[in-house]
Amino acid sequence: MHNQDQKLIFEVSTPGRVGYSLPEMDVPELDVNGLLPEGYLREEEPLLPEVSELDIMRHYTALSRRNHGVDSGFYPLGSCTMKYNPKINENVARYNGFAHIHPLQDESSVQGALGLLYDLQQHLIEITGMDEVTLQPAAGAHGEWTGLMMIRAYHEANGDLKRTKVIVPDSAHGTNPASATVAGLETITVKSNESGLVDLDDLRRVVGDDTAALMLTNPNTLGLFEEHIVEIAEIVHEAGGKVYYDGANLNAVLSKARPGDMGFDVVHLNLHKTFTGPHGGGGPGSGPVGVKEDLIPYLPKPVITKRGDEYVLDYDRPQSIGRVKPYYGNFGINVRAYTYIRSMGPDGLKAVTEYAVLNANYMMRRLAEHYDLPFDRHCKHEFVLSGRRQKKLGVRTLDIAKRLLDFGYHPPTIYFPLNVEECIMIEPTETESKETLDGFIDIMIQIAKEAEENPEIVQEAPYTTIVGRLDETTAARKPILRYQKA
Amino acid sequence: MKHRYLPMTEQDKNAMLEAIGVSSVDELFNDIPEKVRFKGDYNIKPAKSETALMKELFQMAGKNADLRTNVSFLGAGVYDHYMPVIVDHVISRSEFYTAYTPYQPEISQGELQAIFEFQTMICELTGMDVANSSMYDGGTALAEAAMLSAGHTKRKTILVSGAVHPESREVLKTYAKGQYLEVIEVPVKDGITDVAALKGLINDDIAAVVVQYPNFFGRIEPLKELEEIIHEHKSLFVVSSNPLSLGILTPPGKFGADIVVGDAQPFGIPTAFGGPHCGYFAVTTKLMRKVPGRLVGQTTDDQGRRGFVLTLQAREQHIRRDKATSNICSNQALNALAASVAMTALGKKGVREIAAANLQKAHYAKSALKAAGFEVAYDGYTFNEFVVKLNKPVKEINQQLLQKGIIGGYDLGRDYPELANHMLLAVTEQRTKEEIDTLVKELGDLHA
Repeated sequence: MHNQDQKLIFEVSTPGRVGYSLPEMDVPELDVNGLLPEGYLREEEPLLPEVSELDIMRHYTALSRRNHGVDSGFYPLGSCTMKYNPKINENVARYNGFAHIHPLQDESSVQGALGLLYDLQQHLIEITGMDEVTLQPAAGAHGEWTGLMMIRAYHEANGDLKRTKVIVPDSAHGTNPASATVAGLETITVKSNESGLVDLDDLRRVVGDDTAALMLTNPNTLGLFEEHIVEIAEIVHEAGGKVYYDGANLNAVLSKARPGDMGFDVVHLNLHKTFTGPHGGGGPGSGPVGVKEDLIPYLPKPVITKRGDEYVLDYDRPQSIGRVKPYYGNFGINVRAYTYIRSMGPDGLKAVTEYAVLNANYMMRRLAEHYDLPFDRHCKHEFVLSGRRQKKLGVRTLDIAKRLLDFGYHPPTIYFPLNVEECIMIEPTETESKETLDGFIDIMIQIAKEAEENPEIVQEAPYTTIVGRLDETTAARKPILRYQKA
Repeated sequence: MKHRYLPMTEQDKNAMLEAIGVSSVDELFNDIPEKVRFKGDYNIKPAKSETALMKELFQMAGKNADLRTNVSFLGAGVYDHYMPVIVDHVISRSEFYTAYTPYQPEISQGELQAIFEFQTMICELTGMDVANSSMYDGGTALAEAAMLSAGHTKRKTILVSGAVHPESREVLKTYAKGQYLEVIEVPVKDGITDVAALKGLINDDIAAVVVQYPNFFGRIEPLKELEEIIHEHKSLFVVSSNPLSLGILTPPGKFGADIVVGDAQPFGIPTAFGGPHCGYFAVTTKLMRKVPGRLVGQTTDDQGRRGFVLTLQAREQHIRRDKATSNICSNQALNALAASVAMTALGKKGVREIAAANLQKAHYAKSALKAAGFEVAYDGYTFNEFVVKLNKPVKEINQQLLQKGIIGGYDLGRDYPELANHMLLAVTEQRTKEEIDTLVKELGDLHA
């Protein structure tokens, strides 16, 4: 161990210490040997730590200080919508009547929870312009797969068995093609044109009677609105396919354009992005899916609905694709999203998008002199720069990202989308102030100057972090995936 | 508009518009075709102040019968366990919960190390070599285990025990449809997987056999016997397991399981109406490079300092795209952290003690019900759940119990028509002797 290493909890462990207080053992204790079949009583103790409560708190406090969150500082990670996570959401989700209810209780004893979910569905239906919403999927990718399974079921029910192809733009999120594969469908890529938008001629070339669906993010991952969305939807619909909306970028169009009005048949949302469920260090998320009327029969079951004054779970769905998750989705995240929507109201949600887009355009314009701007037009909530000018000076986008760490910023998304060289994808969100944006812009400009004048500074960054660049090659070649006692 | 989450002032806005070179924010949306432009406001409820909204939602929450106010004997995959108070304090540190996936390891060492520790603890409890950073939940983890098995063995049929959680089996069937796999259920006999029936169903075309341990009825499946039958046909042995029970049960890894999955909800994660919980996924070294989801590995920086990174990413969707075998991206990281803290608090001794308390208290409840004249169905070795036969519909009994502040057990007739009037009771370490005695008395009164 290096003397600067943060100890693992196992390395803090000392036999004899405890960190728990279990309920009293107030029933007669029998010999456990008699309570389990022979050979099924565990012999070896698991190597779990033995620590006091203060040891635990110090350990995790130390770990938290080695982590950057939105509350620590600016986090312009493109496509991830790292906006402020309101604290009221956290309090509400912890109310006893939400946090401590069981999914298999009688429906009559959870009317408050079902009522909240039903109302959240109604709000999301209005926000997306769809006809029905399921809250069951646990995350965006899970929602994508759910939506594609429904599209597949729809085509199959129509006897349209050769519709097995899903068209995705070359700028799509990696989950799109992966979800298609897991749904038993094949992926075809449609090219982007020089403006960064779907190439309509190429789309016309690839659609056909084998098209199950086109998956599209709008605005796309370059932050650009697909101006020809009406035509795109028409081309796919005329060919008999469905149009799928990847809602990762919904923050760009709240109150400005609804997927349902743009011609989309299915939409998934990432409630942990647009609707402030916190990202949690990589989850839990929530990925509701909205559909147009003709796909309603295929929704995963149960469907939360209302009969008279009562909220019910409807299991009688003969054409349903089935369950995609035990119980009813990531309820706790749905509670947070609902709280957020109710905190914002219609005016607030409109302002969210307006400020998100204003912030992104402001940053884009101010940085355009210093970095290459591959698509020179108004962006939506995010934009991409290319580091190819800096690359010629020997400074890669990765280096720029690492240099940003020295100034306390989380870097933007890098090397994505794949169709932009040395891509830097910046999403400021609406919850950041002008001062924060200006501070970041100034540092980006400084780094661009460093790349010209003193590239080594950038190439060798970061300098101020608790560890430097880590050896990822060895990590993958000789994987150490767990602690083992020396 | 003024809102506490939106810092922009009119002055800022004007300066920014000028820098962009437009005269209004609306101009920035000119690329949205007129035809699809949304005009006006969403027809949704108006914004509420912090105070008013909290009041409304508090009342809404109050309409639910919660497990803090009532005494719960409901389990069936989701349990009311000891939640060390410290868990919520740790996961409330916003450096954890407001971060995203640790793509930048230099400023994400806290999250990465916490996941590395989680992976280690899951390996220790399950007796497996490698565990990933988490899955959505136990049900989807089980389905992904079946997918992995089909890919690995290049076989197309999955056998799943009828004593696996009904909702997990449903999820498995949905996933299987996606991959054109066939799922066949192995019948249950006396509350455990029918070994003779399994022998009749298994052959060299079976990718995996999936069982649950303890199973849905609380019974201990004969993993040793099952393993021999399964591996004889080179099928993969998939065990779905409540990790808390493994504090006292011999871990599936010891019995030769190839994949162990389940939900870490029993460790410090609230029931939360079924989610978010925390799926886990553990395998033998042989299957390491086929694991879905994220893995954290240990490495060093240029000065030899230990650090942690996301690793073996060549398996994942953002690299492999349509060649990926799983599409999982976001997982349940914060809940994995919660489970880690709970496992840490319990530690080596506590995890045994809590599991033993479940065993003892459930056994006490079972004996007390038998003494009161109830028939325990599928009687035999159980962990913290067992089945009791009633003479009335379970729904009816539960409605009566709730009036006494008791949340009764699961109605098995919902999934198993032959088990109408059978209730699956869960008795965790949380239940006191007095609460158990009250349940026995109330059930007795309702039964009379």
